[in-house]
Amino acid sequence: MDFQKHTLVVLVADKPGILNRVASLFRRRGFNIDSIAVGHAEQPNLSRMTIVVGGAEGTVEQVRKQLAKLVDVVRISDITNEPVVTRELALIKVKATAASRNEIIQIVDIFRANIVDVAADSLTVEVTGDGEKLDSLINLLRGFGIKELSRTGCIALTRGTTSSATAEE
Amino acid sequence: MKLTGAQILCEALLKEGVEVIFGFPGGVVLPLYDTLPQYSQLRHILVRHEQGAAHAADGYSRATGKVGVCLATSGPGATNLVTGIANAYLDSSPMVAITGQVARPFIGKDGFQEVDITGITVPITKHNYLVLDVNDLARVVKESFYLARTGRPGPVLIDIPKDVFIEQTDFRYPEKVDLPGYKPTIEGHPTQIKKAAKAISESKRPVILAGRGIILSDACEELKELAETSQMPVVTTLLGIGCFPESHVLSFGMIGMHGMAYANFAVSNADLIIAIGMRFDDRATGKVSAFAPKARIIHIDIDPAEIGKNVRVDMPIVGDAKHVLRELNKLVGRRLHVEWVKQLDTWREEHPSVTIRESENLLPQFVVRKIYEVTGGEAIVVTGVGQNQMWSAQHFWYDKPGKLISSGGLGTMGFELPAAMGAKVGCPDETVWCIAGDGGIQMTIQELATIVQENIAVKIAIINNGYLGMVRQWQDLFYQKRYVATPLSGPDFVKIAEAYGLPGLRVKTRREVVPALKKAMAYKGAFLIDFQVEPEENVYPMVPPGAGLAEVIEDPQKKPARSSAPDLTASSI
Ligand SMILES: Cc1ncc(C[n+]2csc(CCOP(=O)(O)OP(=O)(O)O)c2C)c(N)n1
Ligand SMILES: [Mg+2]
Repeated sequence: MDFQKHTLVVLVADKPGILNRVASLFRRRGFNIDSIAVGHAEQPNLSRMTIVVGGAEGTVEQVRKQLAKLVDVVRISDITNEPVVTRELALIKVKATAASRNEIIQIVDIFRANIVDVAADSLTVEVTGDGEKLDSLINLLRGFGIKELSRTGCIALTRGTTSSATAEE
Repeated sequence: MKLTGAQILCEALLKEGVEVIFGFPGGVVLPLYDTLPQYSQLRHILVRHEQGAAHAADGYSRATGKVGVCLATSGPGATNLVTGIANAYLDSSPMVAITGQVARPFIGKDGFQEVDITGITVPITKHNYLVLDVNDLARVVKESFYLARTGRPGPVLIDIPKDVFIEQTDFRYPEKVDLPGYKPTIEGHPTQIKKAAKAISESKRPVILAGRGIILSDACEELKELAETSQMPVVTTLLGIGCFPESHVLSFGMIGMHGMAYANFAVSNADLIIAIGMRFDDRATGKVSAFAPKARIIHIDIDPAEIGKNVRVDMPIVGDAKHVLRELNKLVGRRLHVEWVKQLDTWREEHPSVTIRESENLLPQFVVRKIYEVTGGEAIVVTGVGQNQMWSAQHFWYDKPGKLISSGGLGTMGFELPAAMGAKVGCPDETVWCIAGDGGIQMTIQELATIVQENIAVKIAIINNGYLGMVRQWQDLFYQKRYVATPLSGPDFVKIAEAYGLPGLRVKTRREVVPALKKAMAYKGAFLIDFQVEPEENVYPMVPPGAGLAEVIEDPQKKPARSSAPDLTASSI
């Protein structure tokens, strides 16, 4: 069966407990969340969630329909096959010795990432991009020893005038 | 004039047409209870356990079509409602459950009798609310009733902190709800409806498979028109029973694990299934891969998430059954399916499914049959779960919706007595028979006290087989008769009745049955009969768990045709 990662953009009412409702639904029906990112949307009282789920076509369809049943979910779009801009941010604290420091800085430059903190034995790197770019940078930095890593999960909007899950039809 | 939160709640309930609340008090709901006497139009029925309140509200709703209301205090009161809320959720019963919560300053501090009941009920409610501002209360009540009764109905819970009951504000009841995330699809898609009509006109062996959605959407007339116009046989799910008159020539009964053999054969041989307001529960479908193997499937349901969830569907139509059927009826032409209906009639003659075997002993099926005869079918039957439930579905014939009330999706033992109580409160002029198991009734038997205190004239027939019968049946068939933890040494139910203050009779022989039933019917109040029936009677027909619907075991004398162990993981009791 088709197993693909799907990106769902979900516009939700900014009510207490909405994250719990969404999480509860995923847990109960055995759907896997790859990543979930939530923040305020363009309108007051609305938040936009970007949820990446993995699963067979039918499963993702069920996820979408079950999510739509939540009263606080206003709109959902599956933007997997649409032209989109996706971004994720990561902070990576990597071990840095006098010997390795320059090499790390070079890699960071190639990825157009930034060094946002410098300590005697480490550098903290900030990087944004799509998931793949982050994966490759992280893989390269692993060789130096990653002390701490934090990723935001992916957020996404469709390109151009098409809109993903806005309050208007 | 400013009203307190408690007054606002009562005013709002009146606006919603609420007449009765099944409830149980406690500390945090005291301000509400103290307010209730100001609203004499709201009848409060004091149950003996909050589970009973939820089931009673559910039974009330199933009998009347209205939204049932139950009320409990915080903490244990709220958690005691949980089973009843889940039961309503799985059977799409409209219900509003109101719980008290600790006062706002104590929330999140594990205060006395604090539980996170909104968190607990997220997966078993259509929606729920924690009201943190008295100014939100009227809107929340409005939305709750709207959500409970529209779309696919279900339970909604409102959790109200004690201090919100006391706080005052102006009362204004909103005219309309504003729920941007809630827009149930009512009208079916015209193209899909056209496709369905075409499929119906091409079909040689169509079967309508009707569920509770028909009853909830008040679409029984439309269903009848569809069936009659195109002369299509109708089978139902357990919860669909009564949506189409069972005495109708086109009615072929209930499908599923204990459905009529001929109903299961009809589905297995159909070339078109028109499934309406049902959700392909595994008890109804049997092994999914063997379900209706020769048929194309039209699925009409208001809940898009049900479409394609369990069974592949060829023509989905999302919409309210009544609206969709009205449109469909405009397009469906007159047709006869003489051969097909004749075939079903033949199957029915050859596999009658409801013949009661010869026996000197008192058989449970006989008891149900006599209840049918003595009431002339004019009764609301509320069942327990297990064998008694299946016999009540098989040996009583229901011609109207809302006359068989049973816990389908959750299969909750203990539903019977409180649900019967709720049904009788909702329909005081109807005869209500509670057909209970000796196991199930003991789970909520304390409601006998409520029944007596409130003069609720429910007639109770305990099918006393001395076993958790349905589980024993599985042990008989699939565990070599190892009856572990299923024999019950019951109490003396007649003495129990007496102790609670209602008359009771014990019946052990066939000839006592009818006189006892007549006595119960003639008595003005509640009445209990302990029918001591054949202990090891099994329910047939039976489709073994994991088998397809066509593999019906019919003959009680024969062991299941399958010699290998059934797939017990796929199913449970
Ligand atoms: C609350 C609950 N617990 C356990 C079960 C599992 N179960 C299904 S049927 C049944 C036996 C019911 O016994 P009884 O009420 O005597 O009815 P009978 O089958 O004998 O008619 C049991 C235990 C259930 N359905 N509900
Ligand atoms: Mg029993």
